[in-house]
Amino acid sequence: MTTTIDTASGPATPPAAPGGKPPVVRRRTEGGAVRHTGRTKVLVLVGLALFALYSLAPVWWLLVAATKGQRDLYTTNGLWFSEFHLWDNLRDLFTYQDGIFLKWMGNTLFYGFAGTIGMTVICVACGYGLAMYEFRGRGILMGCIIGSFLIPGALLTIPSFLLYTDLRLIDTPWAIIVPGFFNAFSVYLAKVYAEGAIPPELLEAARIDGAGEYHIFFQIGARLMSTGAATIFLLGFVGAWNNFFGPLVYLRSSEKWTVMLGLYSWLKVKVDSSVDLTGLVVVGSIVSLIPMVVLMISMQRYWRSGVTLGSLK
Amino acid sequence: MAVETPASPRGIRLPWRRVMALKGASFTFPFFLGFLLFTVVPVVIALKESLYTEQGSGLGFGAKTVEFTGFDNFVRGFEDAKFWSAMGRVALFAAISIPLIQLTSLGMALLMDMARARTAGRFRIALLVPYMIPGIVATLIWIYIYSPVVGPLTPILGFFGIDVNFYSGEMIWVSIGNLMAWSAIGFNMLILYASLQSVPRELFDSARVDGASEWRMAWSIKVPLVRRSLVLTTVLSIIGSLQIFSDPMLFRSMTPETVTRDFTPIMAIYDWAFAQGDFNYAAALSIILALVVGIASAIFYRLTNKAPTS
Repeated sequence: MTTTIDTASGPATPPAAPGGKPPVVRRRTEGGAVRHTGRTKVLVLVGLALFALYSLAPVWWLLVAATKGQRDLYTTNGLWFSEFHLWDNLRDLFTYQDGIFLKWMGNTLFYGFAGTIGMTVICVACGYGLAMYEFRGRGILMGCIIGSFLIPGALLTIPSFLLYTDLRLIDTPWAIIVPGFFNAFSVYLAKVYAEGAIPPELLEAARIDGAGEYHIFFQIGARLMSTGAATIFLLGFVGAWNNFFGPLVYLRSSEKWTVMLGLYSWLKVKVDSSVDLTGLVVVGSIVSLIPMVVLMISMQRYWRSGVTLGSLK
Repeated sequence: MAVETPASPRGIRLPWRRVMALKGASFTFPFFLGFLLFTVVPVVIALKESLYTEQGSGLGFGAKTVEFTGFDNFVRGFEDAKFWSAMGRVALFAAISIPLIQLTSLGMALLMDMARARTAGRFRIALLVPYMIPGIVATLIWIYIYSPVVGPLTPILGFFGIDVNFYSGEMIWVSIGNLMAWSAIGFNMLILYASLQSVPRELFDSARVDGASEWRMAWSIKVPLVRRSLVLTTVLSIIGSLQIFSDPMLFRSMTPETVTRDFTPIMAIYDWAFAQGDFNYAAALSIILALVVGIASAIFYRLTNKAPTS
């Protein structure tokens, strides 16, 4: 029991907070204790720099390519700019097939927000229930959650397709949104977080004051879990934005597609016909990243704590 | 705290503890209802469907006869050479790529941990950029980078006299592996780095006082400390790799000859279900794949847990 509480206290105080200077950071920079030789230091920096280059270069290529006209894309150096065509490319992107790209972006945002908000509410409540109450069957429920991590998504796809066909969900947004509500990993994160963030004494005190259990959840539990909930939301949203297999299998009509499915369909066109959509795919890829990057940057501290939350198990 | 409520609204006397437990359990009801419908029911359907075989035309869902054929689909699956060669391809790929990705992630995490906190903070953002890129876009980027027509890689390598076709049969797994490494290493590294950071610094200070070098400390103290995280990320990678789908699917758009439609097990399952319309057989193959994934994860877990723990 103590271990779970220890691990869960991690996310509340993420290590190496960006601005603050927690005492841990003073290591090794202190005068006497430094044993770094110059060689080690150089090796560390070179290693990190090389890897940073590897991480960033492909994205750099994408940024450069998006500014080029179709012909320059094939003829000029991929790593440097030539004539600046970004605005033309964007106009092409948003006008192609009556602006279907914008529709895809809207769909993805809608599926992402609707699915992830519902998922966060349901999974945080479930995690809170599992962490804060003793009831019969709790062990079995926890077992189901851990066990379901091992179920490969592949096993579920075919039967889900048959099930959704019976439920008349195929080719409706609900086939993407509703199943996303029930994410076992989010429940697990919520439970770990609740154990660390909510002192049971506080709930006891509220009970003595006569508060009902639901009232306590909304007034105390949910508030103390807000950081954890934000983390769960963020990780869920990333997952929803990346979802490819689901829309590919469950959505038929192109006006319901997500951005990722749309870009895939454009990539496929290149093989099937003489039309070349490479330029559109490149600039579309960049535009599809924007909501993600905005969300990630604005919620930085949450996903950092999310990573820590996942790591300490 | 063993106080009993005087009278519950409905007039039945329930012990206060039981009411509370029930209310607590009710927080979990919505999730487990959905879990039942969207996870348990599909598993049951898969088990059931795999035991039946559709006879006749196989057009649509209307007039078809479905017969109980027992384990026929499984026998067929176990004898399906194409499915198993797909499985073998992916297993070999996983066996090579996962250790490489894990070792690199560990190496990067150790380097980050050796660097000064401010330097590490700056690099962390750069190393995490690939994590912010959705998988499909990452694949698209690399497909173009590999491309002999638009990509910069072929001319650069050509300059050094190296002539590679990234889409060829020999190179395709290297190409896919590099793409997966690019997407995965940053995130794995951050997980490992976070668990290194959570180690009390006094441990390192005392090792340093005892005269241990940075490299010695990395090997003898830090690596054992992050073993649990390594095991976790490895199991997740095994589960993920055996189910690889979208990356080869996108590569297929570029080189349909190299990346066949049953290139990976999931692609084969997808093809059977949605191109050939044989859901029963696809369900059986899904179950076989699930078994393989489960066994592989279990073996790995057993092997790593036999070694002495930290």
